[in-house]
Amino acid sequence: MSDSIIRIEGLSKTFAGGFQALRQVDLSIQRGEIFALLGPNGAGKTTLISAVCGLVSPTQGTVWVDGFDNVKAYRAARERIGLVPQELTNEAFETVWNTVSFSRGLFGKPPNPKHIERVLRSLTLWEKRNNRLITLSGGMKRRVLIAKALSHEPRILFLDEPTAGVDVELRREMWNVVRELRDQGVTIILTTHYIEEAEEMADRIGVINHGEIVLVEEKNVLIEKLGRKQLTVQLFEPLEALPPELATFALIQNEAGDELIYSYESAIQKAGDGGISALLGALNKAGVGVKDLHTRQSSLEDIFVDLVKERA
Amino acid sequence: MNVYPVRAIYMAEMMRTRRTLLQSVVSPVISTSLYFVVFGAAIGSRIDEIGGVSYGAFIVPGLIMLMLLTQSVSNASFGIFFPKFSGSIYELLSAPISFLEIVIGYVGAAATKSVVLGLIILATARLFVPMEVAHPVWMLLFLLLTAVTFSMLGFIIGIWADGFDKLQLVPLLVITPLTFLGGSFYSIDMLPPFWQGVTLFNPVVYLVSGFRWSFYGISDVSMVASLAMILLFLLVCLATIAWIFRTGYRLKP
Ligand SMILES: Nc1ncnc2c1ncn2[C@@H]1O[C@H](COP(=O)(O)OP(=O)(O)OP(=O)(O)O)[C@@H](O)[C@H]1O
Ligand SMILES: [Mg+2]
Repeated sequence: MSDSIIRIEGLSKTFAGGFQALRQVDLSIQRGEIFALLGPNGAGKTTLISAVCGLVSPTQGTVWVDGFDNVKAYRAARERIGLVPQELTNEAFETVWNTVSFSRGLFGKPPNPKHIERVLRSLTLWEKRNNRLITLSGGMKRRVLIAKALSHEPRILFLDEPTAGVDVELRREMWNVVRELRDQGVTIILTTHYIEEAEEMADRIGVINHGEIVLVEEKNVLIEKLGRKQLTVQLFEPLEALPPELATFALIQNEAGDELIYSYESAIQKAGDGGISALLGALNKAGVGVKDLHTRQSSLEDIFVDLVKERA
Repeated sequence: MNVYPVRAIYMAEMMRTRRTLLQSVVSPVISTSLYFVVFGAAIGSRIDEIGGVSYGAFIVPGLIMLMLLTQSVSNASFGIFFPKFSGSIYELLSAPISFLEIVIGYVGAAATKSVVLGLIILATARLFVPMEVAHPVWMLLFLLLTAVTFSMLGFIIGIWADGFDKLQLVPLLVITPLTFLGGSFYSIDMLPPFWQGVTLFNPVVYLVSGFRWSFYGISDVSMVASLAMILLFLLVCLATIAWIFRTGYRLKP
């Protein structure tokens, strides 16, 4: 791809115990996008991120960060990356201000109190800047980790489950912070178990399962391509058997027999059986009394669950 | 080489020292003072001079070495073990820094602390026994090289250790016996000939001997041998650390 800021080729990782956590992963991240990496527990998300950031030595494969090999040119590669780890890890007795300033120095940047202040304010940590980390709540500690990752003005930000254990209001605030960063040109890769989060934020979505990338797609395309619409028809009277007029439609009846569920393509709208209007016409012709109708578009969550189930 | 990461690590480590000032400075000073009271004053008064130096003065360099070695090892090992233990080492490993910068930061801070401690103990010792330092520049050099070398050793132990027990095991089982048997409290020609030979395999003998030479001009082995031994040790430790960071041993899965 032309403007990929991260290129991963043939990345495999077999841990010392013999467990293979990544299998021949190929992945490109576009400059400036928000990429959501989804996958069940143990799928290999954290391992993948760790291999890119230098925390895990890959068994095979290469990673280029902005054109720099992340092993041979590790300085150039790593100074572009900010990492927010999944686990809360902190130097308990440091103050917020010190630990964030430390991170900036560690990444080779000269002190810049203005920048640190901006970061702390954007994460609503400014009031807590002189607090020791041990005195902060879990959500605040996570924000400190984000502040540390942003302290050195990275071009790429990895967020490994950034909103785990963060309350709803704060989650929205964090989404805003992430969007602002994207507007400033920062590329963001996040993992999450809240599908809603990926749906809300991501430009593209990748699904990983058992160490393999099983799907990478634009979010909108994904929802359209895999998203099905469902029409539920509630009947006045339960049907004993489907009348012949309805035989051509792929209908599912509920147990009570008073609901018919009809699935159809949302985007394509040219189901072979004639679609909704044909179905309604057929119902009418068969003299089936319709009490109510509702439609539902399957969400990313359904898609995700299907995908992972299918490949398990 | 970038100065900012080195400075960040060094300052953070020094800050940690300040938070634990009591245990890191006061306790070694108190325990050294106790050694002086027991060995210098109580027992020492019944022991003859060694090489024209009173016993109380004779043990000063050895005691400083004892503290220097144990403190360097324990400071540096804890300094790197703790982030490994708490998980915050992820930041160090993902930072755009070379192993040399990490070592200079951590080992530099641990060694600084040890040298300051050594000087404080020296000052304390002078309260108990009158003495002069014959070669102050050499004294400082030995102090510095030993502090750096053993801080590196501590750094290696901190990376190797996967539990608090192992962290304390090496200082307890290796450093302390080697120091006690390394001529801190006696001149090795007070030993039977066979044990004199065995002792020469103890690296600490060279450190104590060289250090004592810088005080009183008397030594068990030649000063050049002492210096060569420290430098050899230093290089071995440095090479080991380089290997650790190249292979990710105990740092990266
Ligand atoms: N150091 C290690 N040694 C051995 N196996 C490991 C190690 N780290 C991770 N694994 C294994 O690799 C697999 C992938 O783990 P990883 O942490 O990447 O999953 P994940 O997708 O991030 O899961 P989660 O959603 O739970 O965070 C898991 O089966 C895990 O047990
Ligand atoms: Mg994970």
